Amino acid sequence: MKIIVSVKQVPARDSNLRVASDGKWLDDSDLNYEINEPDAYALEEALQLRDAHGGEVVVVCAGPERAVSTIREALAKGADRGIHVVLPEDRVLDALGTGRLLQQAVTNEAPDLILTGLQSDDLGYGQTGVVLAELLGYAHATIIMQVEVAGGALRVKRELEDGWFQYVTLPLPAVLAIQSGIKKLRYATLMGIKKAKTKPVQTLEAAALGIELGGVAIERVYLPQRSKQSQILAGTPEQVAAQLVEKLKFEARVL
Amino acid sequence: MSVLVIMEQRAGVLNRMSLETLTGGAKVATGLGIPLEAAVIGQGVAEVAGTVAAYGPTKTYMVEHELLAEYTPDGFAKALDQLIRAKQPQVVLFPHTYQVRDFAPKLVTRFGRALVSDVVDVKVDNSAVHFVRQLFQGKLNADFASSGDGAQFVSLQAGAFRAAQTHAEMGTVEAFAVELVPSDIRSKAEAPFREAQRSVDLSSAEMIVSVGRGIKEKENLPLVEALAEALGAELAASRPICDNGWLPMERQVGSSGQTVAPKVYFAVGISGAIQHLVGMKGARTVVAINSDENAPIFEVADYGIVGDLFQVVPALTAEIKKVKA
Repeated sequence: MKIIVSVKQVPARDSNLRVASDGKWLDDSDLNYEINEPDAYALEEALQLRDAHGGEVVVVCAGPERAVSTIREALAKGADRGIHVVLPEDRVLDALGTGRLLQQAVTNEAPDLILTGLQSDDLGYGQTGVVLAELLGYAHATIIMQVEVAGGALRVKRELEDGWFQYVTLPLPAVLAIQSGIKKLRYATLMGIKKAKTKPVQTLEAAALGIELGGVAIERVYLPQRSKQSQILAGTPEQVAAQLVEKLKFEARVL
Repeated sequence: MSVLVIMEQRAGVLNRMSLETLTGGAKVATGLGIPLEAAVIGQGVAEVAGTVAAYGPTKTYMVEHELLAEYTPDGFAKALDQLIRAKQPQVVLFPHTYQVRDFAPKLVTRFGRALVSDVVDVKVDNSAVHFVRQLFQGKLNADFASSGDGAQFVSLQAGAFRAAQTHAEMGTVEAFAVELVPSDIRSKAEAPFREAQRSVDLSSAEMIVSVGRGIKEKENLPLVEALAEALGAELAASRPICDNGWLPMERQVGSSGQTVAPKVYFAVGISGAIQHLVGMKGARTVVAINSDENAPIFEVADYGIVGDLFQVVPALTAEIKKVKA
């Protein structure tokens, strides 16, 4: 089974985020980047499916030059090869724009299965997998907690709201958006990191493929306004603890 | 030209977020000076459509077909594709439910457009509509615009607007016939089920101590367990803690976990992504302890402590033991 995993590189979770001077995106001068965590779960599921059913795992990533480090990380964890769709720096796409680039990158691969994370930690559109499925003409299912492969079809466990679940059967080829937590994530081994250096990564220039958006653009990025007036307590840990207990007891009257 | 709100129903019961989306739709419709319309999709939805007609839309479309009785992304996308091509709305709004997340990007792609998903507010000025979304799990906000030919497609987050009120004047209900054949639908869903009965019911807890990524290691959990025990509170967590298997899924608070409304909610090392906030915004008093002063959890906190939880939590536990002694 040929499995493609679509991953994204995003600013690290503990980043100090500053709005760029033009107010359209981030000032990225001192940002560190990492794999989008939901995509790490998609990768993990792909690796385990390959190990159970055979085949290969190809990791595809649309991002600027730096994103190749995320592809190498996926290769170090066990993916077989990579495809890097190189975006111009600072280019923020909408969900259709990203979907169209990924479609061009993977069409000739004719994969049996494409996995993505549920959403990205930066833009959080939560659409890439579904858009890609529609563009490729593949069936899809989202928020997947479990994947079974049997006889050219998939049986997957979907998460619904309020603690409900549902099994869904769909034909291959298909796209699945994987829910975080589906499996325990692995770490790259030293051997894996060494091997990753020799695994092939194909490079495609987004500009050459043609970037075509779906009409959605960011006008302005800003810090959210606080809707509730919160009291920020200051002092040593002992002082703030004492203040808080006092307030919970006599002001909020909840202790 | 209209603003069209796609309502969600299951087995004849209207999803509450749909009524909130109707309020958002009314705001856009008023701002643009165009009518508000709604659509109900499924099979046997006449009663629901009648209910919706009382909440403000001038017209409510009933999109019915036997192949729409069960939700499938193929069936819903194809049916709504036909409705939207026929009615040519200027703006299409969805409630940002799990179902919408599953089919709306597919539907919108068929129109060569991108969906503005998970919108928390809408601003209309001089016939331009701006959609407010959160970035980086609520650490930043951004205004988005949807331009170019064709409809603007938008999904609204839970709680973005208050649910619509019924109007004195009823709108009309109109059936819209769609063409679907069984081969259009590739996936087959089995009956929904719940996992074994939850042993923890956080929804009735009076006090909750909830822990997030800030706790760093599973080995550090006893720190918050001690605080919960001193308070006589239930222990809960944000999604990543349960994804890691550090606490069972049944202790998760948020859109994919439990919804809680305690008297006091301690958010310890929780940044406050929207998926978490929707599960705990019913709390009467919120205490947030986080080292990042820009963490969105402080936006909903009554009392905030910007500091190292590894120092603050033990001090707080000691103080609570003191007053309870």
